Amino acid sequence: MKDRTLKILATLSLPSVAGLHAGQLTTSIEIPRLDVAEYHRPYVAAWIESEERQLVANLAVWYDTEMADREGETWLKDLRQWWRKGGRSLELPVDGVTGPTKPVGTHELSIDLDQTAMAERRTGEYYFVVEASREVGGRELLRIPFQWTENPSLQGEANGERELGKVTLNISE
Amino acid sequence: MKTLKKIALATTLAAIATSALAHRQWILPSTSILSGEDQWISVEAAISNNLYFPNHHAIALDNITVLGPSGQALEKHSAAQGKIRSTFELQLEANGSYRIFSGRSGMFASWEEDGERKRKRGTAEEFAAMDLASMDKLQLRENASRVETIVTSGAPSEIAVSGKGLEFEFKTHPNDLFTGESASFRVLLNGKPTAGVEVTVVQGNDRFRNEAGDLTFVSGEDGLVEIEWPQAGRYWINASANIAGADFHGIPLKRSASYTLTVEVLPD
Repeated sequence: MKDRTLKILATLSLPSVAGLHAGQLTTSIEIPRLDVAEYHRPYVAAWIESEERQLVANLAVWYDTEMADREGETWLKDLRQWWRKGGRSLELPVDGVTGPTKPVGTHELSIDLDQTAMAERRTGEYYFVVEASREVGGRELLRIPFQWTENPSLQGEANGERELGKVTLNISE
Repeated sequence: MKTLKKIALATTLAAIATSALAHRQWILPSTSILSGEDQWISVEAAISNNLYFPNHHAIALDNITVLGPSGQALEKHSAAQGKIRSTFELQLEANGSYRIFSGRSGMFASWEEDGERKRKRGTAEEFAAMDLASMDKLQLRENASRVETIVTSGAPSEIAVSGKGLEFEFKTHPNDLFTGESASFRVLLNGKPTAGVEVTVVQGNDRFRNEAGDLTFVSGEDGLVEIEWPQAGRYWINASANIAGADFHGIPLKRSASYTLTVEVLPD
């Protein structure tokens, strides 16, 4: 029913434009401990957006991949911005992007941007975006703007107020 | 005795005609954006004073059509028509956008006979068979209305224009509405962009506000209206137009058309 070509496009490694090295992105995403009666691990999506806020590259999507009949996908729409910007046109799961939900704590990710759609993008303004949504809980979205250059070396961070803790971004050659 | 019964019937018809204008018609989905396979939603349809609380009349189930993304009709599961609302569930097997709508059209006449005001509601055929030209102080009205909601499972699909009556061409998909963004709809009358049509926007839960806070927009050149959402929530959108210069077998006809849509606006 879903378009398989979309999955292929999303996961294919693309050659970089004119030898530009996209760089290595490392991020730490903190899932805070919450004092609530009913706790479920949050669904989390991390992606890169263009200046026009269009999704350029999916970096990570953590959701309940263990439920029978893929029922965990029912709540992906609650990652509202990720869902509308790209999630809804993906064939799930996506190798190297989707995975199970994570426990409370700080989670490190390291991504070779040459293996993402960033490899064929021009330098300029971008956003690193992290969105979290928790069953019977809240939702929070953090955006870290960054200037992407030919030999990137940059850091950024943002602090969530409830559903997300500290989120850091580092892109280097 | 017979006359009395007739008068009573005429009064009832008039009441229905008026109440249909005074109350709000709506079709409300339990949710409008879905992910995952094999999703179900429930739907309520009613004519009520408050959004979205049934308190007056049901919209008849027989008048409600559900079309899937490729235009196929869907079965209404657990369907029931109550006194104050109709309800059913839908299984959304295919990805794309689904339309749930009720379309109604009717003609109404009022005239004087022996100093008494008479009213009738009927079909064009019924009115054509009457000797309209000889009737005193005759007023003829015709109304076509469509009440709709749209839900999307997975990626949205295009909402086709019917070219009939009053409707919206969705420049912004009705399942892609967020606060902090504006939505753009084009008002079409019989397929043509129409300027000067009044579009009323009311947020749901008006029962819990002292002022309903209706927003009014008027379609501009090219029929466009641009709506900014003050808050996240459910919104009732109604476009109404009077169509000038119509006649029915030589008798002036007051024609009107309306389009009513329920949407969900999500927080950014």
